[in-house]
Amino acid sequence: MEKQHSYSQVKGVSTGTTILAVKFNGGVIIGSDSRASMGESYVSSKTINKLIQVHDRIFCCIAGSLADAQAVTKMAKFQLSFHSIQMESPPLVKAAASIMRELCYSNKEELQAGFITAGWDRKKGPQIYVVSLGGMLLSQPFTIGGSGSTYIYGYVDAKFKPDMSLEEAKQFSINALALAMGRDNVSGGVVHLVVITEPGVKHIVVPGDKLPKFHDE
Amino acid sequence: MSEEMFPEPEWLSEEVKTGTTIIAVTFDGGVVLGSDSRVSAGESVVNRVMNKLSPLHDKIYCALSGSAADAQTIAEIVNYQLDVHSIEVEDDPLVCSAATLVKNISYKYKEELSAHLIVAGWDRKKGGQVYATLNGLLSRQPFAIGGSGSFYIHGFVDAEYRKNMTKRESQEFVVNALTLAMGRDGSSGGVAYVVTIDKGGAEEKCILGNELPRFFDQ
Repeated sequence: MEKQHSYSQVKGVSTGTTILAVKFNGGVIIGSDSRASMGESYVSSKTINKLIQVHDRIFCCIAGSLADAQAVTKMAKFQLSFHSIQMESPPLVKAAASIMRELCYSNKEELQAGFITAGWDRKKGPQIYVVSLGGMLLSQPFTIGGSGSTYIYGYVDAKFKPDMSLEEAKQFSINALALAMGRDNVSGGVVHLVVITEPGVKHIVVPGDKLPKFHDE
Repeated sequence: MSEEMFPEPEWLSEEVKTGTTIIAVTFDGGVVLGSDSRVSAGESVVNRVMNKLSPLHDKIYCALSGSAADAQTIAEIVNYQLDVHSIEVEDDPLVCSAATLVKNISYKYKEELSAHLIVAGWDRKKGGQVYATLNGLLSRQPFAIGGSGSFYIHGFVDAEYRKNMTKRESQEFVVNALTLAMGRDGSSGGVAYVVTIDKGGAEEKCILGNELPRFFDQ
């Protein structure tokens, strides 16, 4: 984690951040905070949206250098739309994740970004894939990332249950993000959530004053 | 860099740290302290069953983290100073006094030492108390966590702590928090030691690895 921070001062704008994705009964929720920081003391944006739509039912969220992440997602979006025209059907979530992985792995020396890809497809339903910094691809029922995620490992390990309902999953995500934002000084702002299910996609924003409050010493 | 046939084992040259997880919680009538049991030197585990909860007096304990040698030395010195103090005042010492003695050493030798002790106990004047003494600061708190493993459970303890828990609930809270931290932190592990201090005295318990609660594991 220390290496990432010093690197980000060289690179410029970084999303010191908290991102997560959770699978529930019938879909996935992908969520993030909204703060972009430069170095560790300047907030360059309070309301950035880190949830990028790469296809109708596939979203990505980015952690790490913002510039790298935007470049990679733009390229992935293009490749994915081309791929789905060739296949004449909506792309698989795994295809989207593989494209990100290819880009991350082949450029692993220059890039400093990790991704969570989540979405719904007809073949396997809701899925979450993690592409880590070096280019590893892993499928998981839920995942967290970004600098703020260290503070909520304990919480998500304790509270996650497979096959939650939409309401439970939403509450789980909002709580986890609020807790991380409360402890990590480079995460903050509002909570952005995107709920992806077969019928469609819904974007929910929870402003700072509506976030749950926990015991404060 | 020359290649050696039999390179010197890491634990001979690396500083011994209790990269660790420690936690102390007040409940209605006392405190519960908990710690893991792993001591590492670089990447090797040199002791997997160390008890990091050290008694400073009958009803005052401290939890050690950071450099193992520094933390143990501070605890021994304060143990001695508290004994002298309690003879002088002809009474059991206050938790606040113990914490202040720890703080004095941590602050005076701030540059040389790297240890964080959490002091917790019960006294007649204020009941159960928990003091954090990080780097020479003295702060009384309803609960405190420390060590490398504590980063992973900040969210969990923020969400789950409630004021006025019973003794049972506090013990469960401590064991859950330790288990979650040991599950994610490479420098924490082994068994969990739990000490419960109230009016009647201190009760030590050791919970083995296979008796710890299980959480969702893919």
